[in-house]
Amino acid sequence: MRTLFAKSRILESKIDEFLDHTSAVSLLFLEAVRDYLNGRDAEFESRRQQVSDLEKEADRLRLDVERQLYAETLIPESRGDVLGLLEHTDEVINNVKSALMQLSVEKPRIPDDLGERYVELADYCTRAVGELVSGVRCFLRNAVTVADCVHKVTFWEGEADKVAERLKRQIFEMEIDLCERLQLGSFVAHIDAVADMAQDVADRLTISAIKRSI
Amino acid sequence: MILLFLSSGLFLGWSLGANDAANIFGTAVATRMVRFRAAAITGGIFIAIGAVVSGGGPAATLGKLGAVNALGGSFMVALAAALAVLWMTRAGLPVSVSQAIVGGIIGWNLFTGSATDVSALITIVTTWVVCPVLSAAIAALLFLAVRGVMARSRIHILELDAGTRLGLLVAGAFGAYALGANNVANVMGVFVPAFPETSVRLFGVIHVSTSQQLFLVGGLAIAAGMYTYSKRVMMTVGRGLFKLSPVAALIVVLAESIVLFVFASESLQSWLVARGLPPIPLVPVSSSQAVIGAVIGIALVKGGKNMRIGLLGRIGAGWVATPAVAGVVAFLGLFFLQNVFGLTVHRPVPYALSEPVLERLAEEGVAEVALEELRGSRYPSARSLRSALDGIETLDADEARAVFEYGRVERFEIDPAGIEALDPTLLTPRQIEAVKALAWQTFEHRWMLHEALERKSSDWSVLPESEDSHFWNRRLVRNLAYVADAFRVDAASH
Repeated sequence: MRTLFAKSRILESKIDEFLDHTSAVSLLFLEAVRDYLNGRDAEFESRRQQVSDLEKEADRLRLDVERQLYAETLIPESRGDVLGLLEHTDEVINNVKSALMQLSVEKPRIPDDLGERYVELADYCTRAVGELVSGVRCFLRNAVTVADCVHKVTFWEGEADKVAERLKRQIFEMEIDLCERLQLGSFVAHIDAVADMAQDVADRLTISAIKRSI
Repeated sequence: MILLFLSSGLFLGWSLGANDAANIFGTAVATRMVRFRAAAITGGIFIAIGAVVSGGGPAATLGKLGAVNALGGSFMVALAAALAVLWMTRAGLPVSVSQAIVGGIIGWNLFTGSATDVSALITIVTTWVVCPVLSAAIAALLFLAVRGVMARSRIHILELDAGTRLGLLVAGAFGAYALGANNVANVMGVFVPAFPETSVRLFGVIHVSTSQQLFLVGGLAIAAGMYTYSKRVMMTVGRGLFKLSPVAALIVVLAESIVLFVFASESLQSWLVARGLPPIPLVPVSSSQAVIGAVIGIALVKGGKNMRIGLLGRIGAGWVATPAVAGVVAFLGLFFLQNVFGLTVHRPVPYALSEPVLERLAEEGVAEVALEELRGSRYPSARSLRSALDGIETLDADEARAVFEYGRVERFEIDPAGIEALDPTLLTPRQIEAVKALAWQTFEHRWMLHEALERKSSDWSVLPESEDSHFWNRRLVRNLAYVADAFRVDAASH
C-alpha cells in the first residue's frame, strides 16, 4: 500500500514541478519584456535563456508524467484530461519562449511612449498564466474551486485583449513606416497570444473539472 | 451418481460466477485498475469463505419454502433455474438466479404436492423489492458522504486514484464474501435436504457439516465461473458502470456488497434481535439488481438526469417472469425425470394426525375441533394430507403449516453405536448425556425427539430471545438437526 501511494507522490511532485516551471516562465516573461524595453540587453538574454532551459525541463517532465500515466494505467478516467491540460499548458510556455525569441532576433525599436503599454500587456498575460497554474493545481486537488481561477484567467485575458487593441490602434495611428507598424503590431499579437493560450487551457479546465466531479 | 446430480448445481454456480462476479470486479478490471488475475484470485477465495461461513442463513430461508428431499428433484430444480436464467438473459431481462431458484422450488412443491410456505414466499418476494431500494438508499448516502469528504479533504487526483484502486480491491473482496454468503444458497440450497449425511471433523476440532461441504463445492463452482468466463462480462458491465467515475463505481460496489451482506449475515440479525429491532430476513437476493438500485440511487442524488426508468419496469417483469419460467420448466422436467427416466425426484413424506400430534397442535393454538374428523388418520404424502386439509374451511394458512410441521412422520432410533459417533466438538457434554439417556428409544416425530431431549437436559431448551440466547438458539437448531440426521431411519420402511 505504501508503494502504491509513494508512486503517486513522486508523480504528483513531477506535475507540481512542471507547474512551478510554467509559473516561473510567465514571471520571467514579464521581467524580460521590462529588460528589453529598458535596454538591458544582457539581462534580457539571460532571462530568455532561463525561459528556454525551463521550457526544455518542462517538456522532459511532461513526457515523463505522460509515460508513467500510460505505463502504469493511472487515473484511467481522467488521464486524457490531465495529459491534455499539461500539453496545452506546455503550449503557453512555448508561446512565451517564441515571443522572447522573436524579440531577441528581430530587436524591434519600440517607441518610448508605447513601452508602458507593452509592459502592461505582458503583466496581464503573466497574471492570466498565474491564475491558470492555480486553476490546474485546484483541478488536481479539488475540482470545485476551479471555477474561481478560471474566472480570473478570463478576466486578465480580457484586460490583455483591451490593452492589445488599444496598443495596435495607437501603433497604426503613428507616423512611422508601415513595415515598422506591422512589426510592432505583430509583437502585440505575440505577447497577447500568451494570454489567449492561457484562456484556451482554462476553457478545457472548466470541462475537465465538470467531468471530474464524482 | 451424486456428482451427476450435483452437476446442474455446479453449472448454476458456474454461470452465477461468470455473470455476477462482474458486478463486483467489473469496474476495476475493465479499467485495468485491478488485474483480472488478482480480481479472480481474490474473488474466488472470498466467495468460497463467504459460502462456507455465512451461507447457512439464506439457505435456511429457501429450505422453509420447500425442502427438496430427493437428489433427482434437486438436480431438476437447479437445472430449471439454470435454464430459466439462460433464456431470460437471452431475452435481455436483468435476470437473477435467486428468483429462478425460488420458481424452481415452487415448481417442485407443485409437482410433489408439498406445501409452499406462503409466509416464507412473501418474505422472499418482499426482499427482492427491498433489495434494489435499500441498495439505492445506501449508495445515495455513501455518495453524499464521499462527495462531502472529497470537497473538504483536497485529496490529489493521483492519491485518490491509488485509494480508489485499493478500495476497489477491498470492496471487491467484501463483495465476493457477501456474494458467496448470500448466493451459494441458490446454487446448493436445494441439495442440502436431499444430500446424505457426510459431516466430518477436521483436525479433530473443526466440525464441517454436510451443508458446509456443499457450500464449499458451490463456492468453488462460483469461483470457477468467475475465473474461467467472467472477464468478458466484466469488460461489458465494467465499462457500462464506468461512466459513473471510479469513485462512484466504488460506491456502487460497496452498496451492493452491503446489501448482499445484510441479507446473509446471521450476526447482524442477532445484533438487531438483541436490541429489540426487527430481524432482517436472510434471503438470497440479486446482485445485479442491487447494482442497478445503487446506480439509480446515485443518479437521483445527482439530480435524476439520464436515468433509465424503463429498466425498473424490466426488473419488475423479471420478478414475475423468472420464477414463472423456472417453475414451469421444473414441473415439466420433474415429470420427465420421474416418468420417462424413472428417477426419484421426491421421497414421499408420510403424515400422521395421532393423539399426541393433535395435543401438540392444540398447544400451538390449532383448535382440536377443526381436526376432529381427521383424528388418528395417516397420510402417505403431503399431497394426500393437503387434500384432506382442503376440506376443512376453518383452518387458516398458519394452522395448516403447523399441521404439516407437527404431523410429519420421520422415524428416529437412538442407536448406541450412533451415540458413540456423535461429534463432541459440536454438542455440549450435557447434550450428549441427554442423547445417551434416550438409548434404544424410538420417536415418530422430530418434535417428540426434541421434547424428550429437553426433558433430559436443559441444554436442549430454547431460551427466550436475547443477544446471547440468539446464538445459543441457533446452535440448538443446528445441533438438533445434526442429531436428527444421525438417528433418522427411513420412515417408509417401518
